[in-house]
Amino acid sequence: MNFANLPDRPAVYFILAAFLLAAGIFGLIRRRTLIGMLISGELIFAAASLNFMTVNRFMVRDPSIPSDPSVGQIAVLFIMGLAAAEVAIALSIIIAVYRNYRSIQPKELSELNG
Amino acid sequence: MSPFPFSRYALVAIFGFVVATTVGGALIAVLSRRIIRAVAGLALSCLGLAGLYYFLNSPFLALMEILIYIGAVCVTIIFGVMLSEPDEHAPTEKRGQDRCWAAVAALVSVAIFWGVAHLSLHAPWAPLTAAQSDGSVQAIGIALLTTYSLPFELISLVLMVAILGALTLARGGRSKS
Repeated sequence: MNFANLPDRPAVYFILAAFLLAAGIFGLIRRRTLIGMLISGELIFAAASLNFMTVNRFMVRDPSIPSDPSVGQIAVLFIMGLAAAEVAIALSIIIAVYRNYRSIQPKELSELNG
Repeated sequence: MSPFPFSRYALVAIFGFVVATTVGGALIAVLSRRIIRAVAGLALSCLGLAGLYYFLNSPFLALMEILIYIGAVCVTIIFGVMLSEPDEHAPTEKRGQDRCWAAVAALVSVAIFWGVAHLSLHAPWAPLTAAQSDGSVQAIGIALLTTYSLPFELISLVLMVAILGALTLARGGRSKS
């Protein structure tokens, strides 16, 4: 295996994106605070963006559909905007929850639990 | 023969450093007990991700990643940490039960990692010989203002609604004094 062309192999990026997704899901399961779960969600967003960029850079498009070569970067820009909006909303919800319950642990928020 | 014979290896070393930063940051973000360290891990991971975008032929996205994720998202999360609890509590379950759940979570994430990696590595992609986009800001700007102008405007609307919603949500329940 030749290490010199490692940055030009899509496999590295694919495996890295899968790792980020797995780490995010592990955090979503394991974290005991809402902010920790939010951070894990950001990791999942990062995995999706990395996959978009990798496919846009290395893989050929369907030649029958005319499209823009910079479509992957546009998609990642939109993901970043949506992630920023999501963080703003989620943090304000977390702060409102903390005001009401004095806790941000999902376990304590069990009023609807039968 | 290039004038710097080891430049290729320096590039590979930088790439390895960037990958290690991404992986290490993600591990810190997921595994550390204190939330503020998890935010720092997320920032580190985003820094590595910006380097990866640079290697993927898109310096504009690398800058945007640093600006938006480290500059905006991580700072906002730090504000959220300051306004609520700084630490995770110790687990309330018994130690054996906690270990059991950790093992289940690790199993699930390893299965997802293996499945996704296997799928994306063995998918029938048609590989490309040359780089597809030049990665210039000009191409992105033209695409944003012609083909993708409607989503571009919609995302500004989404951001405005998100800001208003965040203000309204965080304001409720506050005492009048």
